[in-house]
Amino acid sequence: MYRPALLAAALAAAFPAYADSDLDALRAELKDMKTAYEARIQALEVRLQQAEARTESVAAQAVQAEAAADTPTTRRSFNPDISLILQGKYAHLEDRDERFVSGFLGADAHAHGGSERGFSVDGSELVLSASVDPYFRGYLNAVLADGEVEVEEAWFQTSSLGQGLSVKGGRFRSGIGYQNEQHPHAWDFATNNLVYEVLFGEGYGQDGVQLKWLAPTDTFLELGAELGNGNAFPATNNGGNGANSVALFGHVGGDVGASNSWRAGLSWLRARPGGREFESHDVNDIEVAGDFSGKSRTWLADFVWKWAPNGNPTQQNLKFAAEYFQRKESGDLFCNTTELGSPCTGGLTAPFAADQSGFYTQAVYQFMPQWRVGYRYDQLLRGDVDFNGSDAGNTFETLADYDPRRHSLMLDYSPSEFSRLRLQYSRDEAQEGVDENQFYVQYIMSLGSHGAHKF
Amino acid sequence: MKTHRILVRQGFLLRLGLVLGLALSGGAHADLKVFACEPEWGALASAIGGDKVSVYSATTAYQDPHRIEARPSLIARARGADLLVCTGAELEIGWLPVILADAGNRAIQTGQPGQFLAADFVTLLEKPTVLDRSAGDVHAAGNPHIQTDPRNFSRVGAALAARMAALDPGEAAHYRARWADFAARWQAAIARWDAQAAPLKGVPVVVQHDAFPYLERWLGLKRVAVLEAKPGVAPSLGQLAEVKARLTATPARMVLRAAYQPARPSAWIADQARLAQVVLPFTVGGDAQSTDLFGLFDSTVARLLAGLKP
Repeated sequence: MYRPALLAAALAAAFPAYADSDLDALRAELKDMKTAYEARIQALEVRLQQAEARTESVAAQAVQAEAAADTPTTRRSFNPDISLILQGKYAHLEDRDERFVSGFLGADAHAHGGSERGFSVDGSELVLSASVDPYFRGYLNAVLADGEVEVEEAWFQTSSLGQGLSVKGGRFRSGIGYQNEQHPHAWDFATNNLVYEVLFGEGYGQDGVQLKWLAPTDTFLELGAELGNGNAFPATNNGGNGANSVALFGHVGGDVGASNSWRAGLSWLRARPGGREFESHDVNDIEVAGDFSGKSRTWLADFVWKWAPNGNPTQQNLKFAAEYFQRKESGDLFCNTTELGSPCTGGLTAPFAADQSGFYTQAVYQFMPQWRVGYRYDQLLRGDVDFNGSDAGNTFETLADYDPRRHSLMLDYSPSEFSRLRLQYSRDEAQEGVDENQFYVQYIMSLGSHGAHKF
Repeated sequence: MKTHRILVRQGFLLRLGLVLGLALSGGAHADLKVFACEPEWGALASAIGGDKVSVYSATTAYQDPHRIEARPSLIARARGADLLVCTGAELEIGWLPVILADAGNRAIQTGQPGQFLAADFVTLLEKPTVLDRSAGDVHAAGNPHIQTDPRNFSRVGAALAARMAALDPGEAAHYRARWADFAARWQAAIARWDAQAAPLKGVPVVVQHDAFPYLERWLGLKRVAVLEAKPGVAPSLGQLAEVKARLTATPARMVLRAAYQPARPSAWIADQARLAQVVLPFTVGGDAQSTDLFGLFDSTVARLLAGLKP
């Protein structure tokens, strides 16, 4: 703004002798220049102000947008999470007529692929889960096998009760013990441990309801209760309106420093089996069949300890787990056969009582990324089993006084968290008089959005 | 020894009394309880909340946030949280769902105001065009490691302050004031870091895990190679040799890894291709200097600059 005026003054001083007309022309020109400059400067100032105002409003909008923009940009679509687990194995086993766990009225050979020799595909698990609405979430686990689809789990669970409470309803794996909620793909070994094998076949699941409460403490304390129809061993579904099975469980857990964490639990399962089928052969090797009716009480104590340096399990980690059970059953056992020469010939019903226990203990060590080695020892204690006033071993060969046990050693390699290949050697002494070396090669592949695993 | 034990017991009783007193009084103002999935969000919540919040960080700088055990202690802590602050973008997908399902806490469930995912407020980089596991552990929403660019904290922090004010209206003014103060200091710090980091512009780097795209973009670092051929899968020796061969054609100055990552791949390539090894704190607590967010970036910039020295 100064420059035109200065210029004019300088010119006036420099050329005083100019003719007036020239001077006037010059003055007019300068005046034009000055007004033109001023106009342009004003225009620029206006534009600057406008620009500033716009930036402010944009900034304000941005702030508003951020404040209001709880617009989730990373949520996934409404589709449920779907995952499919493919599993199968090659088993090198001896040629045996039958396989059973001596000394126990065991669960049915319900396991999906257990004792097949050679190559076999285990059941493929199809898992779907999603939030139903703000109040519930749903979960389905179906096992696809030849000619059948078995619904392992199908439940809803509340997500909005608060206060540490949740209610689950439908068919679900019971919260008792430690391994019980795990499906076979999450096991650390290719075969089930003897404890769960003899107690539940694979794991205890039933149709019913579960109430769980998590205490408001920094130490993990969870209490749960379940009522169910008891349509799985050791219970039976008696068809009444009531609950045929009741389970109670409590778990505590916490951390020790940054590197160690643990969980321990105590569970109780009560069932009233009615006409629970069993097959056996007697001491004369005559096949007999029958059923058990009475009471069944199971206590389970479980303990898990995990170690990872600084709590980072990616390089190395160690997992130790052990579970102990005690089961008491009492009632009437009925046995029958058409063959002659058996105590059961023509049918026999007599009092039966069993007080049995057992445990397994395992350690799995990831010694370098992707590679784990593990050892498990299973030991059952047959305890007292009485039938018809004397030891049940005097009547049934399968209930002989024998303590089954098994050693298992495994090595697995996981190229990623979605695939796992496993080698296992087991020395199986589950059946009296049998001492078998078993070799397994197993694969577990999970496709899709495989859900997170529990502790 | 004995007196010490007695003192400890008295302290415990005192604390028990305090807890019971607080629980019984009910009306007394309780801190806003924040469950932070990663330390950086815990630090941000602390910076905004000051003494009005109590912050629990579920993970540390020495843990891989992708792979955390859903430990009982985490479930117990999530039970009482008023506000869950996590990265989101599927970073915690391997463990957070279990925590949420078992915590029995309505306030922090998906869709509730008590669940705050930082990635919702940042434009994510490296959104994959093809989703297939054959590409490794990819995140469908984009790269979740947003905390390596300080500018992202301005965006996330503004939203977090608003969220904390909404959840704890009685202290809204407190949160706003603290955030305004933090944001101003943060802007100044960013300007300082920008100036300090000027020599890093255009510097070619190798990264161990693809954990630094936001840092690279902020400082203008040029990523010429990633040691992990597939994200989340440890590189084999063959893959490392391939990277080394590539580096002879396009040389780099340094190799970056986060504090929680194993040293061996970085050490190998640093030795073979004569690169400077730079270990970045990656989050609060990742080294002695990174005690808070300012320290985190002071240290990050200083360590990168040190990597430039021959």
